[in-house]
Parts: sequence; structure tokens; C-alpha cells
Amino acid sequence: MSQARATGPSPVPGDEAGGDEGDVVIAVDAITLRFGGLTSLSAVSLAQRRGQILAVIGPNGAGKTSLFNCLTGVYTPQEGSITFLDQSGKSTSIVGRKPHRVNRAGIARTFQTSRLFNALTAFENVRIGVESRMHTGPLGAMLRLPRTRREDRASDARATELLDFVGLRNRANDIASALPYGDRRRLEIARALGTAPEVLLLDEPAAGTNPSEKAELAALIRKVNSQMGVSVLLIEHDMGLVMALADRIVVLNFGQVIASGTPAAVQQDPAVVEAYLGAADPDEPGA
Amino acid sequence: MTAAPPRGSALRRLWTSEDARRGFACVVGGLVLAVMTGPEGSSTAPTSGFTGSLFHARVIGFIVFGLVLWGLITVRRRYATQVRAFSDKVTAAPRRLLPDKRVRAVVYLAVLAFAIAYPATLNSFWQEVLVDQIGVYVLLAIGLNVVVGYAGLLDLGYIAFFAIGAYSAAYWTGALPIHPPFHLNPFYAIPLAIIAAMLAGVVLGAPTLRLRGDYLAIVTLGFGEIIQIVATNLQGVTGGAQGVIGIPHFSIHLLGIHYAWGINSLPYYYLLLGFVVLVLFAFHFLENSRVGRAWVAIREDEVAAESSGINVLKYKVMAFAIGASTSGFAGMLEASKISFVEPADLTVQLSILILVLVIFGGMGSLPGAVVGAAVLQWLPQYLRVHPLLGFQQQDIYIYLGALLVVMMIFRPEGIIPSRRRKREIGLAEHGVGHADALSGQSGPVA
Repeated sequence: MSQARATGPSPVPGDEAGGDEGDVVIAVDAITLRFGGLTSLSAVSLAQRRGQILAVIGPNGAGKTSLFNCLTGVYTPQEGSITFLDQSGKSTSIVGRKPHRVNRAGIARTFQTSRLFNALTAFENVRIGVESRMHTGPLGAMLRLPRTRREDRASDARATELLDFVGLRNRANDIASALPYGDRRRLEIARALGTAPEVLLLDEPAAGTNPSEKAELAALIRKVNSQMGVSVLLIEHDMGLVMALADRIVVLNFGQVIASGTPAAVQQDPAVVEAYLGAADPDEPGA
Repeated sequence: MTAAPPRGSALRRLWTSEDARRGFACVVGGLVLAVMTGPEGSSTAPTSGFTGSLFHARVIGFIVFGLVLWGLITVRRRYATQVRAFSDKVTAAPRRLLPDKRVRAVVYLAVLAFAIAYPATLNSFWQEVLVDQIGVYVLLAIGLNVVVGYAGLLDLGYIAFFAIGAYSAAYWTGALPIHPPFHLNPFYAIPLAIIAAMLAGVVLGAPTLRLRGDYLAIVTLGFGEIIQIVATNLQGVTGGAQGVIGIPHFSIHLLGIHYAWGINSLPYYYLLLGFVVLVLFAFHFLENSRVGRAWVAIREDEVAAESSGINVLKYKVMAFAIGASTSGFAGMLEASKISFVEPADLTVQLSILILVLVIFGGMGSLPGAVVGAAVLQWLPQYLRVHPLLGFQQQDIYIYLGALLVVMMIFRPEGIIPSRRRKREIGLAEHGVGHADALSGQSGPVA
């Protein structure tokens, strides 16, 4: 993020390459998603740069969640490609991959309505994420082989670390469903981070949070981005949060990209003002 | 309770009282039970089924049963919170102590010592019950607990894998009409029986575990039937409907030690006890491992588990195959113990009975599965041979059914619930998640 911020904005609305700093980590190339006769996404292209916070915004029904589901392997677009390029430069096609294999590739996600393992403790929730990167099989587990014990210790330590990172260390043994809303959001992020992603996809993380929770969440997202070096792709309604966090914004409307660029540039874009902000005062969302 | 309205006759007031109506229903239920369990009618005395049950001293017992049931329901309704508080208080002390590792170790060692010492004092009837009715079923229950309790999959054809294990034992020891390349001592047939059952589990599980929970139940139900029918009709391979005889007993000839298990049940009991303890340790470690936690995650929220990098299908197949191999193991042991397998024994009813043992004990709880199986398998035998009670063998399922209904009202989480399951049920009562994690389905993706 710091890199992207430092180099300054590149205000090219509609620029599909997505700025020119840093290498691309997710390249979405002209994907089209249809449900029967309904076209949910039409030739959508965007690029997520490594280390960047990219926000996808748009009015209700613009196709944000469809895009999100394509990126996480829940939906398979009929046309176009989604490519993930990991740190070592290996490229992986996301289209047609099952959600767990998308996660394996290095893309973790959270859900719009948080989906924690409700009967488990906060610690166990995070640990399940961490352990998805480990290798103990049933035989090793039953015999408690040395590797199993080693991995147990490692996942224990990592989960504690992550809880600490999101500020839930003192709630480690609380049942997930008993946590306040903001904490549940943070726990979900910790669980996603447990899977050691290169990109974190957040589906409306601020939905339903109160202003103070929202501020904490924004701080956490920034921390995830800067301290862990995880690229963040954010789908969000809350313009305040988007403007404060995003390095770049992609605006969707009726399943098409109508603008993209820095927050400042997008805010000025007449197409965005018309489509997204409607008749409202164009200065309002940035405030 | 709604207070009875002050007007109308006493009879009317009685009838409109919910308590009275419920009591009436309970007594009628008791009478129905009396008729169902009573003598059968015949062509010369068609009403003897009724007269012999209702105008006979034994009807008193059933009326008392109805009244006791009514009492329980009334107490439960009127003092629901107090009852809950009381049962929590009763179970609180052990729960406070049990997390202490030393206390737990002492309790388990005491149970083990009892399990070693006590059976030697029993007569041969009870020793046989201990092996054939209790030991084998404990093993079956802890195996099904992996499938149903840990992974939340409903398997109604569980006994099919028992059959596969039993027939594998018969094959490798040379008891079947078709002969293996070499005959094995039953001990060496154990891994082969386990592998055969596991492979069957994978072959059945891999395509069907993609299906949603209810479909899986139907497929496994069908599979159970298929195995039974194949075993009955494949005369040249399985020996057909009359079964296989002459499966050899276990024996050791190793390092100068020679020992053979025989007709006597007690040595088999100790062999089985050893195996059960080993399996318990293995499954305990499994439950508290990466694999066990992945199962819980899948049970709780499949979509979230998938998004957390868990290969849902792989873990489901894994649970299914581990359960299947345990069932196969039990089948192998039982076949060698009684030297005999008969297709007619391998009914769907048996699969359901094992499911009941697991649910009764507490899904997802190892001590629950052990205690559930031990109690529910011991109780019918006890009722049957008790000189005063003298229950009929074929009626046992009626009482088990009634017991299960009472359990579901008062303690749906089972007698020794797992902490996680109890929490899940608690959450479901408050509208979070689903308690019927058997079908473990999640809503559409947000």
C-alpha cells in the first residue's frame, strides 16, 4: 500500500490495467456472467495490483457480489478469464476452481453476513484457517506422529498471533457466537488471514457496524495491508470507508465497469456521479 | 398453564384443562402399549388380544407408565426452567472436575479397571452378552460417531460395512465357497477386512457425498439393502441365505506363545476391550486434531469451511471411510467370534439401532457413544431375563423408541453430550445455525 500511495495517483478513469505501479496479482479479463437471460456481469475487467487496496463499488444490483463470487470460485463466468499471479510469478486460473482451491491458491475471503463457526471458540475459528495450510492426515492424527505434534504447536502459535494481530487475544476462549458484532468481523478477518493469503477479499466488511467499530475495522484493514503485505479487494457500500481506505476504486453499474481510478478521480467522474450518487450532492460521499 | 374457565360443569372444566387432556392421552398411550405388547389374537378368539391385555393385571403397569409419563411432562412444562437448572446443577460438579486432566485420567482408569475385573465374575450368559451385544456394538457406535457425530453425515447403511468386514474375514480365512490364494490367521485378516470396508466406503462415498444430506441418507439406505441382498443371493460366492460357517477363531503362534480363542466369551471380551481402547485413543486424538476440527468446521458451515481452504468432499469421504473401516473391523471380529455370518442378521434395522445408540449417547462424544451403546444394549437383555419384568424380545424396540422420545424431550444432546454439540443445540434454540447438523446444510452464499 505504502508503495502505491507514495507513487501518487494515476487518474485515468476507465483504465482497465489499473494504474501502472506494482505487478498485477489478480487480473480479471472481460468476464461475463449470465443467469439464464439475465446478464449479471458483462465484460468486466479489472486488475488488482500487489500491495494495493482496491475497492469495488456500485449501486445495489450492480454486480458487486456476482463479481466477488466469481473471484472466489462460487460462480463460474461463461466468458473471460480470471488469473491469479502469486509471489513467485506462477499464474493460476481461478475460473472453474472450487472455492477451497481458490483459497489454496492464495485468495481468502470474508462474508457479507459473517459466517463463523458459531459453536467454536474464537481461537478454534482462527486455528481452522491456519490448519488448512498444514498436512496432518487422519493416520498421523490418530497416531500422534511427530509431524502432527509439530504442526499442532505451530498452528496454536500462529492462531494466537493472529488473534493478537486483530486485537482479540483476550477473547480467544469466547464462543464465536457470543462475540459482539465488530469482534465477529475481526475474527472473520483473522480466520481468513490464517490461510496465509496473498489477497484478502472483503465482502462489505462495514455492513452493520457502528461508527466506532467501523473506524477500528478501517484501521485493521490498513494494518493487514501494510504490516502483512496482503493485497485487499474490498466490496463496500460505505463511501466513507472506501474513500478513506482505497488506493484505487472500480465502479460497477448494471454489470459493467463504468469508471476506475483513484478515489479523488472517481469522485469527480460524471458517469459515477450520475450512476452511483444519483441526485445526491456529489460532495457528500467524500465527506 | 391456562387457567380453567370458571363457568360450566366440573366435567367440562376437567376436559378443557390441558393437564387433564394430556393425562388422558398418556393413559390411552399406555393402554395402546399394553395391547401392542400383549398376547396375540387368534381365529377362534379374535378379541383375545384386547381382553388378554386390558382385563389382565399387567394393564396396571401400563396405566402407571402412562401416569408417570404424564407426571414427567407436566413437571417438565410447569417447572421447565427449574428442571433445567437442577439438571445443570447435577451435571455441573463433574463438568467442573472433569476438565482437570488428572481427575479425568483417574476416572477413566477406574472405568477401565472395572471393565477388566468385573466381567470375570459374571456367568457365561452375561459374558456372551458383553461381547456379542455390548463390545461389538460399542465399537460400531464409536465408528458411526465419526461419521454422524464428527462430520455430521447421516449414514443409514452402516451395517453394510460390517457385512463387508465379516465376509472379508470369511474369505481370507477360507470359509467362503470361493477361496483366497492363501489362508490367513484371523489376526492377519484384520487389516485386510479393514481395508476392504474402507475401500467400499470410499467407492460409495466419493460420488454420493457430493449430494446433500438427505440424499446421502437414501443412498446409504439403498447400499445397505444391496449388500444384504447380494449376500443372500450370490450363493456361489457368499454361501447364500444360510450364511457362512466355520470362520476360525483367533489364535496366536508367535515367539513361542501359543494361545487360541475359542467358544468361551471371556477371552474374546478382553481382546475386544483391547481393540476398543486402542480405537478410543485413536479417535480421541483424531477428534482433537486438524482433521477433527475440519469436520467440525464442515458441520457448522460448509460454505465458510470451503472458503477457509478445507476440501469439504475429501474430509467427508475421509470420515465416511473411517467409519466404514471401523464397522468392517467390528464385523470381522464378530464373524470370527461366532464363526458365522448370516445375511438375515444384516438388516437396515441394525444400522438404525446403531444410529440410535450414538444419538442416545450424545453425538460427537466418545464417552457418550461408549455409554450409549453399553446401556442401550445391556438394558434389553436385562429386561428380557429379569424374572419379574420378563419383557418379550420382539417388544424391545417399542421401549427403546419410547426411551428415545423421552430423551429427545428432556435431553436432546444425549446422555454424555460433547461440549461442541451441546453448544450447537443451544445456539439453534436461539435461532443461530441449525441443530440438525446431520444434514449440515448451509444457506445460499451471501
